Amino acid sequence: MNDTLQGIVRSVAGSARDLAPIFLVIGFFQYFILQQPLAGISSLVAGAVFVLIGLTLFIYGLELALFPIGEQLAFSLARKGSVFWLLIFAFFLGFGTTIAEPALTAVAKEASEVAARAGAIANSDEARAAYVLGLRITVAFSVGTALIVGVLRILFGWSLTKIIIGGYTLVIGMTAIAPVEVVGIAYDSGGVTTSTVTVPLVAALGIGIASSLRDRNPMTDGFGLIALASLMPMIFVMAYGGLIAWI
Amino acid sequence: MDLIYTGVKTLLATAGDVLPIVLFIVGFQVFVIRQPLHNVRRVLAGLACTVIGLGLFLIGLEQVLFPLGRLMAQQLTDPEFIMRGVNVARAAVWTDYSWVYVFALAIGFSTAIAEPALLAVAMKASEISGGSISVWGLRVAVAIGVAIGVSLGCFRIITGLPLHAFILAGYVIVIIQTLWAPKLIIPLAYDSGGVSTSTVTVPLVTALGLGLAETVPGRSPLLDGFGLIAFACLFPIITVLAYAQLGAISERFRAAGRQNAQRQAESTSLEES
Repeated sequence: MNDTLQGIVRSVAGSARDLAPIFLVIGFFQYFILQQPLAGISSLVAGAVFVLIGLTLFIYGLELALFPIGEQLAFSLARKGSVFWLLIFAFFLGFGTTIAEPALTAVAKEASEVAARAGAIANSDEARAAYVLGLRITVAFSVGTALIVGVLRILFGWSLTKIIIGGYTLVIGMTAIAPVEVVGIAYDSGGVTTSTVTVPLVAALGIGIASSLRDRNPMTDGFGLIALASLMPMIFVMAYGGLIAWI
Repeated sequence: MDLIYTGVKTLLATAGDVLPIVLFIVGFQVFVIRQPLHNVRRVLAGLACTVIGLGLFLIGLEQVLFPLGRLMAQQLTDPEFIMRGVNVARAAVWTDYSWVYVFALAIGFSTAIAEPALLAVAMKASEISGGSISVWGLRVAVAIGVAIGVSLGCFRIITGLPLHAFILAGYVIVIIQTLWAPKLIIPLAYDSGGVSTSTVTVPLVTALGLGLAETVPGRSPLLDGFGLIAFACLFPIITVLAYAQLGAISERFRAAGRQNAQRQAESTSLEES
């Protein structure tokens, strides 16, 4: 009982340490630079308590559920020896988690306004909604494809460095020909796709596959899936923007 | 009352985000692998913790931190605040925005430290590397990268320099670093870019970018407001590679020091004999 209590105290203290910088920065700027009174100290404290308990519970649940199920699935799929199902799983994990991502929906909405203003699409609600949906499907499809490439890389031991450098070169080349208004959105879409729930699952998938294969190193082969999932959307979104402008 | 309403709504939305993933995984487990999950009760308890934890985390952020962060981004980029203490009537130049850069550095660093996804990956990396990559070392390296990225991104919005020039330069640095970095760290370093831009960083950084693009004369929020996330995504790769290189260099120095000490000891023992 005493041990559990100690464990809880330790993890809450850990979360407090993780969150302290944000509160310090906001407090410091509010008082000393902007010199404005902090409106509603009580709600700030309530918010801090929520964030603190939330982060502690999330990390606890991560160790208890997300990491084990991700790794267990990767192990069983690798042991089953079916590359087909492994790739299906990877694709839908990427596609499914990305299409529902709230940050992506928000960015896609702003992007549709940019496109409408630039005259790439008609400035009507339907045209914009279609553009948003198209962008979300494009990004989700690209993340699914990225995970397929990433899993194949682990299975066959391809060099991640070569794939990433090749990808960057492609991004740079496409920047030169893609419509200006889509470039910023394309660059950002790489970062917004990898959410808090997806990252642990995808990391567990890669590490699970790499550690279940005999001649793969989980450190050098297990990581890299998230990198591909942030690179691929840039290429696909620029292609999508170019296609829309071209049509 | 209001808090309870938005609280329940956020919790339901989080559950709605997590549920399809869970159903998909369970479906795979049952229909493709055809094996029951081990420790069903433990996993269910863990999932409940994940959903409730993420929900509470988001409620706290959305209720208090994000509005405050957005408000501060607005206040800091307000022309009145920027031009205070400047008596001559002139347009603001990029050096007038010093507090914006400091804020960008500080908020980039602190949001990266608070990012749950980064903590998750750092824990995993430390576990598999057998502790040779420390959780805090990696997190601080990533946070420094995000801090540099966000403040450089603000500089770009203020000066209006082309986004792709910065990104291109960043990629070239990454490629050069890759040639010399210890092989073990490279995949993790590439991953750290995507990991660092998640639940906490994206909303606050986006607010800062849009605030700047709205108030700086000659910038359009639609065209220039984008790109900060890309910066926050690129620079952690550079700092994590640098962190690994520094580690390797200091290790080499230590090894050289040990060799020297050994040689000295040998030569003294030779002289004595």
